[in-house]
Amino acid sequence: MRLSELLPGNTAVVREVEDVGSADPIARRLRDLGFVAGEPVKLVTRGPVGGDPLLVQIGFTRFALRRSEAARVWLQAAGATP
Amino acid sequence: MSSAETALRIALVGNPNCGKTALFNLLTGSRQKVANYAGVTVERKQGRYVAPSGRVVDLLDLPGAYSLDAASPDEAITRDVCLGIAAGETRPDLLVCVADATNLRLHLRFVLEVRRLGVPVVLALNMMDAAARRGIRIDIAALERELGIPVIETVAVRRAGARALIERIDGPLPALPDAGPADLDLHAEVRRLLAATVRMPTRTAATDDAIDRVALHPVWGLVLLGVLMFLIFQSVFSWAEPLMDAIENGIKALGAFSVAALPEGPLRSLLADGVFAGIGSVLVFLPQILILFLFILALEESGYLPRAAFLLDRLMFKAGLSGRSFIPLLSSFACAIPGIMATRSIQDPRDRLATIMVAPLMTCSARLPVYTLLIAAFIPQRTVAGVFNLQGIVLFALYVAGIVSALAVAFVIKRLRRDRSEHALLLELPSYRWPHPRDLAIGLWERAWIFLKRVGGIILALTVLLWFLSSFPAPPDGATGPAIDYSFAGRIGRALEVVFAPVGFNWQICIALIPGLAAREVAVSALGTVYALSGSDDTIAAELGPLIAGQWPLATALSLLVWYIFAPQCLSTLAVIRRETNSWRNVWIAAGYLFALAYAASFVTYQVTRMLTS
Repeated sequence: MRLSELLPGNTAVVREVEDVGSADPIARRLRDLGFVAGEPVKLVTRGPVGGDPLLVQIGFTRFALRRSEAARVWLQAAGATP
Repeated sequence: MSSAETALRIALVGNPNCGKTALFNLLTGSRQKVANYAGVTVERKQGRYVAPSGRVVDLLDLPGAYSLDAASPDEAITRDVCLGIAAGETRPDLLVCVADATNLRLHLRFVLEVRRLGVPVVLALNMMDAAARRGIRIDIAALERELGIPVIETVAVRRAGARALIERIDGPLPALPDAGPADLDLHAEVRRLLAATVRMPTRTAATDDAIDRVALHPVWGLVLLGVLMFLIFQSVFSWAEPLMDAIENGIKALGAFSVAALPEGPLRSLLADGVFAGIGSVLVFLPQILILFLFILALEESGYLPRAAFLLDRLMFKAGLSGRSFIPLLSSFACAIPGIMATRSIQDPRDRLATIMVAPLMTCSARLPVYTLLIAAFIPQRTVAGVFNLQGIVLFALYVAGIVSALAVAFVIKRLRRDRSEHALLLELPSYRWPHPRDLAIGLWERAWIFLKRVGGIILALTVLLWFLSSFPAPPDGATGPAIDYSFAGRIGRALEVVFAPVGFNWQICIALIPGLAAREVAVSALGTVYALSGSDDTIAAELGPLIAGQWPLATALSLLVWYIFAPQCLSTLAVIRRETNSWRNVWIAAGYLFALAYAASFVTYQVTRMLTS
């Protein structure tokens, strides 16, 4: 499952960040910000228009990610949704 | 020996939102210099203070960065200065790496990157007060041992909050840190450090969660945003008015007093109508700009601005902008100049350029005098649907027309852009904080100064030039018409009439458009001059209104109103676009498309109204 498919209020664990095209700067930045394997991530809420952007908690920090950015983050199957 | 040679050069580095600038303000106070880095429009903030030992410390506040693998011009500057490869910059003797003690999972990774740079580093663990309130326990000695660099606690919002840091900096330079193995997994290392040295009861602050439940709510969040914006607008226009009147009258009185002793003639006219009128037209906007920036700074410091960007990102993204464009565009309702200056907070260069390009379409307050004059003269005072005032509706429609055309233009820019790679949002929503008065005051001072320095020079020069064009050559003896009619400006106005006849502008309007180049609202007093009226803007408007109502057809008035929605003729805005984008090409594009839109819209308005009213 991708981070963009996680439901609000749910927590999961990051598996990996996928590059879109070669040398994807957005994927690289996501990894720098802490989206790395084993890191717990929570979808806090979604934006008011069209459910975009997503508010994501990673580590102790909250980031607003557009859906297309969050779609790069793959989650581990276990512990996704109860 | 000069102090510059012996001064200790320190650079502050850290993630965005780590409280780095607050710490910088605490250390340097008002002894700051704001400029740009060579060749780029990234703000360079430098300050200095004298250490207890008497040593002078030069402090550089580097732009916040998430990583040295730079993703924006700001981050590239930070990286280059740290590496000592930035043009015109000397490599710092010491880096003070600032980290938010409540956000160490993110910030420690950057500390580890900075540790590899081969420069002595001190870690300032900031916001220790907030960490203590949340029950976060950090074993400073253990962290210092594990990192191999000195770790100092700071509270940037407290007067004595940097005392330990100042003392540590004043001591001997710390040894070059051990960079650790080259293939060190920084995230794994951060997890290890956190597990060994930090106890954190909760991952987020309870107050943040509580506020965000309302502030980011799909309905209440938008309502709150709307109410906030309404309050800001109200205060910008109502609080600023008495101050603006006072400045206007003060400058006028000062001008009259200083020229009273001079004989009637060109010098007196230059001082009164050129220099003092020019200074007045710049200073009169200062109150609005200060009030607006006070609100923006307070919202920025408190952490609300990224929330507003979160709420509006989707809408603005559809139009080819980004949530971050919101504040620059909001500022542009007071004046496009601070608005364009505020686009520096937009990291994506394409989003930034699009925002700069559409900022002049937001109805700035300088257009209000023109709108009020024409609406009062041509739109009947009538009640519509029982509650609404027709004049008010027209004014509102003019504002909406500006916003709609801005979104449309941004959309077209998005379509035309060759670079279709994805725009990143990746926006951090930091913890809420009370804005500190010192940071607000320093921020306001900086912006006021930039405004006066950058805008003052060009407006003053242009006003003097326009004064020359409007005053020379003097009318021949026995001339009956207004003096401006015989001047260069008058001749240019007459020549322009050919161009503007299809949109319904007579030669008087064409003349008034010329001084309106310097500042839009000057068009009103210029019209007054052409129609040979004298007095303050208010009395001119009061007398001019009935006069033009009798002389102009309705089509001309509506055409001029529509012209001012786009009003490309603000030279100071174009000058700021030049400064902020470092390109004349962008200036020509902006001026060209605004002119084309204004002309086309006025043409349609004029011709359609003429058909309907004839």
